[in-house]
Amino acid sequence: MSAPSTTSITLPTPADPATPKGTAMYTLDKVGKTYRQSSRIVTALKDVSLTIPAGQMVAIQGPTGGGKSTLLQMLGALDRPTSGDVRLGDDVLSKLPDRKLAKLRAKEIGFVFQGFNLIPTLTAQENVETALEPQGVPAEERRRRASDALAQVGLAERAGHVPSELSGGQQQRVAIARALVKEPDVLLADEPTGNLDEQTRDEIMDLLEGLWRDRGLTLVIVTHDSAVAKRAERRLRIAGGSVQEI
Amino acid sequence: MFLTYLRRELAGRRRQTLIVAIGMALAIALVMIVNALSGGVRDAQASVLESVYGVGTDITVTQAPTGPGEGGPGGGRFEFGAEDGETDDAEGSTTVSDSRLTTGMGTATFDDTALDTALSTEGVADAAAALSLSNTTFSGELPDFSQLQGGGGAPGEAGAEAPPTGGADGAGGSAFDVDSFTVLGIDPAASALGPLSSAAVTEGRGLEAADAGADVALLDSAYATTAELAVGDTIDVGGTTMEIVGLVTADTADASTGANVYLPLDTAQALAGLEGQVSTVYVQAASSTDITAVQASLEEALPEATVNTQEDLASSVSGSLSSASTLVSSLGLWLSVAVLAAAFLIAVLFTVSGVTRRTREFGTLKAIGWSNRRVVGQVAGESLVQGLIGGALGIVIGLVGIGAITLIQPTLSGSAGSVQAFGGGEAPAAAAEAADRMGLTGDGGPFAAATTTSDIVLTAPVTVSVVLVAVGLAVLGGLVAGAIGGWRASRLRPAEALRSVA
Ligand SMILES: Nc1ncnc2c1ncn2[C@@H]1O[C@H](COP(=O)(O)OP(=O)(O)O)[C@@H](O)[C@H]1O
Ligand SMILES: [Mg+2]
Repeated sequence: MSAPSTTSITLPTPADPATPKGTAMYTLDKVGKTYRQSSRIVTALKDVSLTIPAGQMVAIQGPTGGGKSTLLQMLGALDRPTSGDVRLGDDVLSKLPDRKLAKLRAKEIGFVFQGFNLIPTLTAQENVETALEPQGVPAEERRRRASDALAQVGLAERAGHVPSELSGGQQQRVAIARALVKEPDVLLADEPTGNLDEQTRDEIMDLLEGLWRDRGLTLVIVTHDSAVAKRAERRLRIAGGSVQEI
Repeated sequence: MFLTYLRRELAGRRRQTLIVAIGMALAIALVMIVNALSGGVRDAQASVLESVYGVGTDITVTQAPTGPGEGGPGGGRFEFGAEDGETDDAEGSTTVSDSRLTTGMGTATFDDTALDTALSTEGVADAAAALSLSNTTFSGELPDFSQLQGGGGAPGEAGAEAPPTGGADGAGGSAFDVDSFTVLGIDPAASALGPLSSAAVTEGRGLEAADAGADVALLDSAYATTAELAVGDTIDVGGTTMEIVGLVTADTADASTGANVYLPLDTAQALAGLEGQVSTVYVQAASSTDITAVQASLEEALPEATVNTQEDLASSVSGSLSSASTLVSSLGLWLSVAVLAAAFLIAVLFTVSGVTRRTREFGTLKAIGWSNRRVVGQVAGESLVQGLIGGALGIVIGLVGIGAITLIQPTLSGSAGSVQAFGGGEAPAAAAEAADRMGLTGDGGPFAAATTTSDIVLTAPVTVSVVLVAVGLAVLGGLVAGAIGGWRASRLRPAEALRSVA
């Protein structure tokens, strides 16, 4: 294997000293989000106050249109709240410029999507490498780390295949490898098993849960599948823009 | 990563890449061909002009005739009187011969002090004066018209009625020779500028300073062949016998020189009774950037004169060359602009629709931390490379097209209007009338020699600028499409990554 500093991916990562397990990873204070659709104003989030400790696995459930994806966008620094503050560690996401948010996403946050969202023309290996691109990781190291990440999700032999040559479960594994190759503090997943059959769903959940345990990740999973939600330490329900603990 | 991604995209979306590249290629090829053709037409025009005005002439000074028919003494009209010939009663016919040296129609003469004025004008490097003339010799035998009156027929139809005796053919017919040629009086000492500067002496010698006032002539070699004259022969100009001392040939293979016969300027002036008069002053500017300024100064110094630059003169080139020039410059230009605009539009539309289709892809890249700059760069890079592929393809197609034109070798003819003997107006009409009256068939035989028409093979030169234009357009097209597509991509929100799957 390679040098110890790079084999860490296969070992449980010690929790980030800045965010030791139990301290707040996310702090949301009266977060509101409205969308303007021509003349109509849609309220997607209403005064959401919430703390998510580092290392916690949280499931977010709720009806379609309830605001699950919007909440995940706030957590993922993809968008700014209309009112209130979102804190990630010491950073107030709502106050950072776009460039800083992009940097933060590049380093701290991993995303897994319902539709896998792989680049269709790139191979599995190259798709994973795209996550290291913004950090300017040298090509050699990038290649090695991407291979390691693919091996970890059990897809070492499929590295040269493009997404259309992979099954849904395999594509989601590539997406998970892409999210984790940069060794983020947080993994956010929006309906990661929504497009998968039950058996594949369980495999993917086993993988995510294993990674969460091994690495001390903060894992937030949006799902309407109770079987998925049951695996989480904490369950939230969001409907009409308001959050409730279950 | 940038290159890998770019390569994968272009290869993975091959059909779009090809459509955009081919559109761009066709447009670029068309622009190249039009560009090369217009270069060829320009060269052709220049060589027609050169044959008339010589190499190095930037500006010509002429004077517009004051009115029709007042172009010069004589006006080229044929007038035969009894005194022009002698009646030979025994033969029953009249021999006539008339040789006139006059200024060509549409040519006015002016005082040769204009040459000194030009030479002393600031920015003028050199100047030379010439006198453009036309010599028409009409000679032959007329049947005795009085004999024919009884037949009641028109003179030309006399042979068909009661056959008369006499006449050149002994059957009452006519035998005429109308010989017309252009004459240019040039300064024998100044050969660096003016009509002969683009010609080479191919036989005998050229005119020298010592020839001033001498009865010597140079002949255009094409005319010499037609007229069956050679060095050492003599030619009658304005009733005076000139010794032919040399033949000149235009540098351009297919073009003839500006006139048929060249005389020392003062000889020509004396023969035509135009002492101190010239018809054209050829001016060379010290620098090509001075031409407009020199033109303005000359116009001021010589208010009566018409001062033309080469550019003005190019418009005087007539014939199929002129049509080609119009075709290339108007239709060619508009066609290339239209096709180019269409190709750019296709490239832009495909790029924009590509960005729209890849909304989730770019949103995802932004969500995983790609900066806006990186995403825009990716889109712009893809467009640019697409444009360059189109450019490369276009250069190949363009070169093939230009090669085809070179193989076909289209021939154009061009004539420049200023030194012609029969430039229109009264003289040719009168001459043709006279020829008709005398029963000559009008195939233009005797007149053909008098026109200054050049047949020129149109080339389509591939210059560095033609290729640079193609590459420039390819880059421009790629950048335009890339800029618009990139702008669209830059506006995509990273949250688009979470958009629900369709
Ligand atoms: N970009 C947007 N523009 C306008 N309305 C939006 C936008 N995104 C979400 N919404 C609205 O906000 C509400 C919450 O949406 P979302 O967070 O996607 O719900 P969920 O993920 O729970 O199905 C919905 O009513 C939705 O229509
Ligand atoms: Mg959703």
